[in-house]
Amino acid sequence: MSTATAEAHHEEHPSGIMRWITTTNHKDIGTLYLWFSFIMFFIGGLMALIIRTELFQPGMQFVDPQFFNSMTTMHAIVMIFGVVMPAFTGLANWLIPMMIGGTDMALPRMNNWSFWILPFAFAMMLSTLFMDGGGPAGGWTLYPPLSLQTGDALPFVIFSIHFMGMSSIMGAINVIATILNMRAPGMTLMKMPLFVWTWLITAYLLIAVMPVLAGGVTMLLTDKFFGTSFFNAAGGGDPVLFQHIFWFFGHPEVYILILPSFGVISTIIPTFSRKPLFGYSSMVYATASIAFLSFIVWAHHMFTVGMPLAGELFFMFATMLIAVPTGVKVFNWVSTMWRGAMTFETPMLFAIAFIILFTIGGFSGLMLALAPVDFQYHDTYFVVAHFHYVLVPGSIFAIIASVYYWLPKWTGYMYNEFLGKTHFWLSTIFVNVTFFPMHFVGLAGMPRRIPDYALQFSDYNQIATIGAFGFGFAQLIFLWLVIQTIRGGEKATDRVWEGAEGLEWTLPSPPPYHSFTTPPNVEGEWNWFTHEHIETTKTRS
Amino acid sequence: MKSSKFILKVFRSIFTSLILFSAQSLWAVQPFNMTRGVTDISNEVFDLHMLVFYITCVIGVLVFSVMFYSIFKHRKSKGQKPADFHESTLLEFLWTVIPFAILIGLAIPATKVLIAMEDTGKAEMTIKVTGYQWMWRYEYLDHDIDFYSILSTPRDEIYNREEKNPNYLLEVNNELVLPTNRKVRILITSNDVLHAWWVPDLAIKKDAIPGYINQVWTEINEPGVYRGQCAELCGRDHGFMPVVVRAVSPQEFEQWLADKNTGTTVATTSR
Repeated sequence: MSTATAEAHHEEHPSGIMRWITTTNHKDIGTLYLWFSFIMFFIGGLMALIIRTELFQPGMQFVDPQFFNSMTTMHAIVMIFGVVMPAFTGLANWLIPMMIGGTDMALPRMNNWSFWILPFAFAMMLSTLFMDGGGPAGGWTLYPPLSLQTGDALPFVIFSIHFMGMSSIMGAINVIATILNMRAPGMTLMKMPLFVWTWLITAYLLIAVMPVLAGGVTMLLTDKFFGTSFFNAAGGGDPVLFQHIFWFFGHPEVYILILPSFGVISTIIPTFSRKPLFGYSSMVYATASIAFLSFIVWAHHMFTVGMPLAGELFFMFATMLIAVPTGVKVFNWVSTMWRGAMTFETPMLFAIAFIILFTIGGFSGLMLALAPVDFQYHDTYFVVAHFHYVLVPGSIFAIIASVYYWLPKWTGYMYNEFLGKTHFWLSTIFVNVTFFPMHFVGLAGMPRRIPDYALQFSDYNQIATIGAFGFGFAQLIFLWLVIQTIRGGEKATDRVWEGAEGLEWTLPSPPPYHSFTTPPNVEGEWNWFTHEHIETTKTRS
Repeated sequence: MKSSKFILKVFRSIFTSLILFSAQSLWAVQPFNMTRGVTDISNEVFDLHMLVFYITCVIGVLVFSVMFYSIFKHRKSKGQKPADFHESTLLEFLWTVIPFAILIGLAIPATKVLIAMEDTGKAEMTIKVTGYQWMWRYEYLDHDIDFYSILSTPRDEIYNREEKNPNYLLEVNNELVLPTNRKVRILITSNDVLHAWWVPDLAIKKDAIPGYINQVWTEINEPGVYRGQCAELCGRDHGFMPVVVRAVSPQEFEQWLADKNTGTTVATTSR
């Protein structure tokens, strides 16, 4: 393909800030999403450190309990909607067109809009912290009646959730339209890289459940301001109804946060094992089954709500079933590594840590699935440990791994391997120092979302606080490394990694502004390892 | 002054963490596992917890040892040439079916315990628990006793002006007094927002929901004081509404009832 033409296109675009505001280019928008997510990561991290500082020792030292509650609430909303989801959408923007041999996303103008909604949504969300009555303090789950006690912040929170939902739905529509329409000739669905597959399934989950959340929070809004009683028992409503609506959104949502990670890990492990992914089709089927199961397990978040026995049994069994496809994935990754020729560059290190620590999070997930024992675990730090194990060394590590893995492709420069490894070891050690003691303190009986605790919980809380600060500072290394790499360094080759597979590596590093102006032809027999198809090479030259 | 104290605390906890991670003293530190509790049900729950924990440990050791063997042996730096296999129907069949069988093995005891927990019939007495922001109200429906239970930890302890007592944040003005060896039904509801009534030693945690009456039951085997907390975020003082249950022998309980009904105050503070 002609790089010169692509760069000529580039020249037509406005420069400076207007380039970013008006851009319809998938790479620019991907970059915007990733930087937005990175900034929100530090904002959400700061909130986590406020929480951990107050919890450093028993007694109230630094913040008011109400502010503490709004910190736990905001930390969750920022990390879920502001960090993990935008980061994966950013990766999807950058990578999907390159991976399927397309030029750009299918709906570029909507792509611009779906990003630019986000900064406004979060500006509004964060501004509620300064409103009368403070920010939302009823937990990110917004359970009524407590969430209806929120001060002036409530309508703004609901409005910004609507914005985030619109942004996600538009992003998801774009991903689906791109994957279904923009694939290169010969790129059949079962030839697609797993990252593309997992995102396709994630996008369907998003379209299915974001409207459910929107409906739920709108009912909160009308309950508060328009005299309805959807969730008000005194008016004939039902507070538990909200929990069912919320978790019908919420459980698929947690898979929205993890499925693209599975795709990333399934890309990185084969590269550094120099061996094709084990069980490609079973990976696809496992992802699809996890997505299906995510719709029928929601009430395991509410075992203590007082369901009938039959309901508890159904949700317990369905939840336990998730262990099967998730296990298949872990076994496939280990088999991919088995008898490979491994090297351990930073992306591989993060991917291996992902497998181990995500599996630990999966184990505590299995424990939580058992309803009678869940009565003891529910709403304790054991749950906090569980979901942070699947979200931090899970989703966040997968995002970090993909940044290391594709950064040389995006920028054209190699990152500093020493800094990368330092970042890895500090992150991995401190993430465990932070979250492992939470298992203990939860089992010992510490409820979550409390600003102060009984004396027997103090040692583990102190350890967790130290870990949290360590983890936070380790991320500054990452920030420095990314900036350093963007500014220059050792030139990256087109292929970057010896064992890399996928169409994105057939493009130059950095890739041209419009990825494949002539689609590569990948018809016929496909070599999963070299990924070098004769037609592909021809089209390039 | 305050900051130097803070730095001292930081050092102390670094030191504590060092101790914690040295194996010999691991068993001497603060509680780190679920309580066995004092009812038959809580013991069954504990056993189930340990069963699933050990199963996950065995699976973890197996999977991770295969992985680490591979990480150490199958390196490019050791001259390893990559194999080319990428599927095995037998393996994939086995690692779908074996986990499924393990899950069935877990589901059977879990179902049994759950059914036992939900059987609230044939109770000898009934207590109604109502959650308020931020206290509990206990009504003995068979005995015409009704009182509120509020955190009794002084504010000076919470705001670090006084030394904290051993039951810090887990003490109330009026405890829920229950007889041992009798099946007690507990009805749980709320007057305002959601709460959750939780006593780890009884393995009971149930949400208190306005408009709903949830029921649980317990039969306590040993006399003693059992402390828990509200487990569902309920606003500003969510962390400050403990649950304290004092279990006494049936004779003492009858005595307590008699005293309570005649208005004699009985020492029921938790200190």
